[in-house]
Amino acid sequence: MDDMDEIVQEFLVESYENLDQLDSDLVALEQQPGSRELLASVFRTIHTIKGTSGFLAFSRLESVAHVGENLLARLRDGQLVMTPVTTDVLLRMVDTIRALLASIEENGAEASVEVDQVVAAIRAVLDGEEPVLPAADGAGVEVASVPAEAPAAQAPAAQAPVAEVPVVEAPVEVPVAEAPADVPAEAPAVEVPVEVPVAEAPAVVEVPAPVAEVPAAPASAAPAAPTGGAAPSEKASAAEATIRVDVELLESLVRQAGELVLARNQILQRAGALRDEDLTRACHRLNLVASEMQETVMRTRMQAIDHLWSKLPRVVRDLGNMLGRKIKLEMEGGDTELDRTLLEAVKDPLTHIVRNAVDHGIESPETRRAAGKNEVGTLKLRAAHEGGQVVVEIRDDGKGIDPAVIGSKALEKGLVSAAKLEALTPNDILQFLFLPGFSTAAKVTNVSGRGVGMDVVKTNIERIGGSVDVESVVGQGTVWRLRIPLTLAIVPALTVECAGQRYAMPQVNLLELVSLDTERMSKAIEDVGGAKVYRLRGALLPLIRLEEALELKRPTGAEMPTNLVIAVLECDGRRFGLLVDRVLDTEEIVVKPLSGALKAIGAYAGATILGDGRVSLILDVQSLARRTMRADGLEHVAAEAATAAAATGEGQRLLVVGLGDDRRVAIPLDVVTRLEEFKTDSIERVGRREVVRYRGEILPLVRLSNHLGSMRGFDEPELTALPGVVYSARGRSVAIVVDEIVDIVSGQDARSDIDDAGLVGSAVIRDRVTELLDVRAAILAADPHFFSEQAQNEFAAASSRLGV
Amino acid sequence: MSTQYATFALAGHLFGVEVRRVQEVLTEQPRTPAPLAPRAVAGLINLRGQVVTALDLRRRLGMPDRAEGQAAMNVVVRAAEEVWSLLVDSIGGVIEAADATFEPPPDTLSGPIRELIRGAYKLDDALLLVLDVDKALEIEDALTA
Repeated sequence: MDDMDEIVQEFLVESYENLDQLDSDLVALEQQPGSRELLASVFRTIHTIKGTSGFLAFSRLESVAHVGENLLARLRDGQLVMTPVTTDVLLRMVDTIRALLASIEENGAEASVEVDQVVAAIRAVLDGEEPVLPAADGAGVEVASVPAEAPAAQAPAAQAPVAEVPVVEAPVEVPVAEAPADVPAEAPAVEVPVEVPVAEAPAVVEVPAPVAEVPAAPASAAPAAPTGGAAPSEKASAAEATIRVDVELLESLVRQAGELVLARNQILQRAGALRDEDLTRACHRLNLVASEMQETVMRTRMQAIDHLWSKLPRVVRDLGNMLGRKIKLEMEGGDTELDRTLLEAVKDPLTHIVRNAVDHGIESPETRRAAGKNEVGTLKLRAAHEGGQVVVEIRDDGKGIDPAVIGSKALEKGLVSAAKLEALTPNDILQFLFLPGFSTAAKVTNVSGRGVGMDVVKTNIERIGGSVDVESVVGQGTVWRLRIPLTLAIVPALTVECAGQRYAMPQVNLLELVSLDTERMSKAIEDVGGAKVYRLRGALLPLIRLEEALELKRPTGAEMPTNLVIAVLECDGRRFGLLVDRVLDTEEIVVKPLSGALKAIGAYAGATILGDGRVSLILDVQSLARRTMRADGLEHVAAEAATAAAATGEGQRLLVVGLGDDRRVAIPLDVVTRLEEFKTDSIERVGRREVVRYRGEILPLVRLSNHLGSMRGFDEPELTALPGVVYSARGRSVAIVVDEIVDIVSGQDARSDIDDAGLVGSAVIRDRVTELLDVRAAILAADPHFFSEQAQNEFAAASSRLGV
Repeated sequence: MSTQYATFALAGHLFGVEVRRVQEVLTEQPRTPAPLAPRAVAGLINLRGQVVTALDLRRRLGMPDRAEGQAAMNVVVRAAEEVWSLLVDSIGGVIEAADATFEPPPDTLSGPIRELIRGAYKLDDALLLVLDVDKALEIEDALTA
């Protein structure tokens, strides 16, 4: 058995179990022929066996299962009605399958088992003819089961088959002619043999056993295998090497193991203080055993990804045939294990991607030939452990995905503006594939494009803490890459504190941590149109205060933290910062489910129990981001970063402000030190100039609308506060007051030198003509001495004279 | 016929939950608050490695909050697929109540309490109000309402 392929082994275990079920199902079915539930269950079992045997190239097994499946399909669809003959034929099919399995188990091949008769019998039923059933060998075995399984109605029909029956022992006389005839009359429930070439007629009388039990062990059964496929009894059957365990049971075991580890930690702590050598030694052992146990228990939940893959060859084959593609499927790393719940979650996305690759990726043989490729396309699946994750790659050598096509489609659907599209890299453009409602199929085929799009794939994968990305080279192929955490149960997480409470967040989303002391905080965190942002190496990072997002209340009188930490997170391709009081630790946490009421809030992904036994909530950063920020705002900040990265050098980042009359003016972001709001009543006059009290200083101020000669009158009723841009250099600052802060953009679409006083030109930004401010002139308008060295002293002197 | 009830006190009233629903009773447990949760959710507790949501019955029934410093007892109950802890003032014994003494909620009851009470048993010295556990735990609707 050592040399036996593991896949075959698992197939055998699974099939034996299924067959046992099948026996009882079939018999139950006879009692209630109309039960769709039972039929469906039987159908599934045979279907599974058929699929797997096809994949494993057990052609005989497949052929038997195949006709069986056809018959069952008719029964299930109500085209045929379950009759005793049918049951009989089906049971015989089960026996044959058992014999085949036994043969496979014993010598790895199925060649020795004769299947044609059974196949012919099933065909006959399908065609509405009387089936010609082969007999079982080993009359002793058969006799016991005969009365129960043989359909009464057929009894008299003990006709032709008998003649051909390859019965081994005892001369066959036309069997039990009277007995069957009697039985149906008096006891319709008791069924009488039809196939029965009963060797010794009297046996029927002696052994009335109405038990429908078809022998369970393949070794003893193998009835339909006249050539003797009986497995040697000294070999343990495959089914005995493993057992099936209720997942619930495993889960409670996992939970208890976790508890044990916690208890151990507490004991270790106490013991350390006692300095008792024996106790320490015992604790050490406890420590080891508990750790090992936890690990082992975790492993019980792991399954090889083969479990998923085994279904794919068939999917690919069938689909390939349907679409006229020639495809070679290669699989590598099928023994890579991951948690079974994850496996389940990955199943549909994986199948979808594979179908997609066959449908849209790999070209028809003619096209491939024309392109100078091998006409057989290659689809390669690869799974491997990489950095605590499982990476599953689906690589095809098909036509690839053309960014231009995706781009124009995105444009057409209004997912992106032409200007933005221009700035995106081909790879960025491919990411549009993951947006909801994006389907590239020119026409919807029944293969893909059925509404299950890549966005669903992405959502499903992200739900389990994984990620998916795509790379493609036109004409050469596409690679889809799924990254899946090893297990859902244990997640590396960052624990943080906010307003006295601890929260955990998955590290998958974490990019970096930025620590801010209060000093820097007030400067570093800026306000753009009401949204808080932080400049992270030149890029603007939208910020979420956890305190606000969760509506946390600090206990009255509690001290405000002296510094804060920004956890820079990324999810859904968006980047943002989460402001917390303190980062505590990184640790592996065990994710526990939340009650429905808490799940419904949409802020938590689960809960966990930390080392000290207290419960901590796990933040669902994705939903938090969605809850807190206007989606579009986030979107374009993210797109912004991408654009900026794409257009480094050329792209100047501009702050767009609004003036009355719907005018837009752009100010280079470099000269924006801070964005502020000035209370109208803090604006005072020094001679002809306006100044504003600002952080204990006098800040000269220019109103941009006046400076640029806006139509808006100076004396118009004003708002109580005005937004302004503060520029500081060499210890001097000026404020440029505007009517509205609109946006931050990078790059411009078209630029012209059409200008006016105070401007250096104009440009099209976000489809609007925007004036480009001559910053120097504006600053000088506020403070004529700003750029001169002496001015500083003069200004200071002036301030002191004014007594400020 | 009679039914067994695990009893507890809430703001001076005697309440009961069918004994078979009660998994265990615990003294005050450290709770982790759940921000954004409905007001009646008092937090999460660690029940031997299982995370259990605690429901403050006083809040759920629209009663005034427990006095500061007054410990809350936990009545751990099984709901459809979850385990919850009900926070109550104090625990009483198990009472065998005769079905004959059962009556629908008295008319004098009003407010949320009326909706969450199945009825009352007229005991010799008190009224035993039977809590409709499943309804009490339906707080998702209460959240949106």
